[in-house]
Amino acid sequence: MLFDRFDPLKGEKLEIMDKDGRVNEELRPDLSDERIKELYVRMSVMRLADRTALNLQREGRMGTYAPVYGQEASQASAAFLESGDWLVPSYRESGALLMRGVPLSGIYRYWMGDERGLIGIKDLRVLPVEVVVGSQPLHAVGVSWAMKLRGIKSIAAVYFGDGATSEGSFHEAMNFAGVFGTPTVFVCQNNQFAISVPRRVQTRSKSIAQKANAYGFKGIQIYGNDIMAVYAAMKEAMSDAREGRGPRLIEMLTYRFGPHTTADDPAKYRDASELEKNKPFDPLIRLRLYLSSLGMWSEEEEYEIMDAAKTEVEKAVAEAESAPKPSPSDIFHNTWKREHTYLKRQESELLALLQETDGGASHA
Amino acid sequence: MPKLNIVSAINLALDREMEKNERVVIIGEDVGREGGVFRVTDGLQGKYGPERVIDTPLSEGGIAGTALGLAVGGLIPVAEIQFEGFMYLALDQIANQMARYRSRSRGQYPINLVLRLPWGGGIRAPEHHSDSPEAVLANTPGITVVQPSNPYDAKGLMTAALRYGDPVIYCEPKRIYRAIKAEVPDEDYEVPIGKAAAVREGTDMTIVAWGAMVREALRAAEELAADGVSAEVIDLRTISPMDSDTIISSAKKTGRLLVTHEAPKTGGIGAEIAARVYEEAFTSLLAPVERVTGYDAVMPLFKLEDYYLPNAKKIIAGARKILNY
Repeated sequence: MLFDRFDPLKGEKLEIMDKDGRVNEELRPDLSDERIKELYVRMSVMRLADRTALNLQREGRMGTYAPVYGQEASQASAAFLESGDWLVPSYRESGALLMRGVPLSGIYRYWMGDERGLIGIKDLRVLPVEVVVGSQPLHAVGVSWAMKLRGIKSIAAVYFGDGATSEGSFHEAMNFAGVFGTPTVFVCQNNQFAISVPRRVQTRSKSIAQKANAYGFKGIQIYGNDIMAVYAAMKEAMSDAREGRGPRLIEMLTYRFGPHTTADDPAKYRDASELEKNKPFDPLIRLRLYLSSLGMWSEEEEYEIMDAAKTEVEKAVAEAESAPKPSPSDIFHNTWKREHTYLKRQESELLALLQETDGGASHA
Repeated sequence: MPKLNIVSAINLALDREMEKNERVVIIGEDVGREGGVFRVTDGLQGKYGPERVIDTPLSEGGIAGTALGLAVGGLIPVAEIQFEGFMYLALDQIANQMARYRSRSRGQYPINLVLRLPWGGGIRAPEHHSDSPEAVLANTPGITVVQPSNPYDAKGLMTAALRYGDPVIYCEPKRIYRAIKAEVPDEDYEVPIGKAAAVREGTDMTIVAWGAMVREALRAAEELAADGVSAEVIDLRTISPMDSDTIISSAKKTGRLLVTHEAPKTGGIGAEIAARVYEEAFTSLLAPVERVTGYDAVMPLFKLEDYYLPNAKKIIAGARKILNY
């Protein structure tokens, strides 16, 4: 049992595939090489989709965007959820959403300032993108608690970063999860930074994983750029949660290669040498080395993978950009279930004004 | 005199006061090496060191609550909450604690601190980065709320806030952070807290605004002037406690009053202003008070935010309503 064997209080960390693509055979999980290849391809799409979002923002075609560059293996953990399980994301989860099957065009559309981009997430048991840091772990505990109370064998996996563990609501969520033994998997992507503030300023704990002990359940620290470790830890955590053995916390050690969002410049607060030092730990490089050693990857094939990824991403951009603009009325019809007569009047006033001035065309 | 924008003006106010008073300290997320996400505290850690400009863990409640403790402990904290939408995570510390400490201790523990909050919409930001929850604060006795609309007031209000003796929530209109450059004296001056200012004189109607909406109000007044309407524009500057006298005497003079704010209409500051005007200037009014505000709906993402926010056009439409009443 990995959660027992790798004790965060002893500083132990789970790594199965190292940065050079070498696998610790004793720990190798039941993940076929074909599946690993498939994951590599999806993570490549994720990376291109992410870089494209950044570019779109720079060109003024998208709003603020929080990239996942460097965290692809951790994000890919969402692929291991079962269909009835719940995915509870923060704002830095475009990769996880993609792995869960949320259409890329919809993800783009959301970050282009249109809530309707994420219509359909409910069918995938994905909760809305949470922008308030640290608020969503409580929702995940609630959702999975409901599953437990209703006798449904589904779990909730909640995604958050190292910064979120400083919020009071993180404590509340961990505590409720422990007390009620909810089937919650806490997935902390420790990417070492909360905007500019390094991990050491968030907590004096040696690890985030060890915090689980204080709440009466198990945590594990893993190398989050190692897809095999991610898979093995997720599998065990989900099975423990599903079988009523309680919540689990996985701290995925990773590194944010890019900015916090398109609104900041890491050069201001992070030494370039630190980034360079982390580059060899790229989650994709080790997969290429691993697959290549099996004859399952070559540079030529990489071109094919990237061509297909490009086609997929370009199609998503085109779809997102050609989606009809929301109508001003959209503002008024989503906040309340029942008709709100005073708001109705406010809507009529706006529509009349738009009609009167310029048909609304140049208003916004 | 140097020409500064609002960001630099706040920075200058902090810098000068920190020079003068070693008890002033800055705490918050990313306020140190990063200099704040909007660069308001840029360069201050370099100048005053990490003991006075302190990056904290990511916790709004932690920042607000320890700021209270720092104030009790004899410092004057300037605490930054990164965006107004995250204020709610600190609301227990703001509304239940810092607002009541003076009263609870019957004056033994006044809380002299400034909580800085980038405020309002119009910057194409994600959810929770575009709201204007000032009415929540105004409904909390013990909390003083200010919001500058220009660089001169930004420095003067910050300086006054740092010396005020009660918790001041200093709302920063992020849409106009860098939009306006104006002469800002380097020397010490305060813009008095609790005083509104007529930023444009007029006789036919009064427009009350604050923060980024002052610019819209002035634009509207300019256009109305072309049609022969003389609009007075009052910049509220302090939202709570409010300067009723300036508003009421203007309403008595012009007989027509319009309030504009980004926040939703129901329970907004506009309602409070209207009530005060009805209480004290009822017989002078030629038309009902008009409110041009955000709507009673969640602030939409940015594809629709320009429709949500009030602007000069909407203010003019509101003005016509009361002019033709």
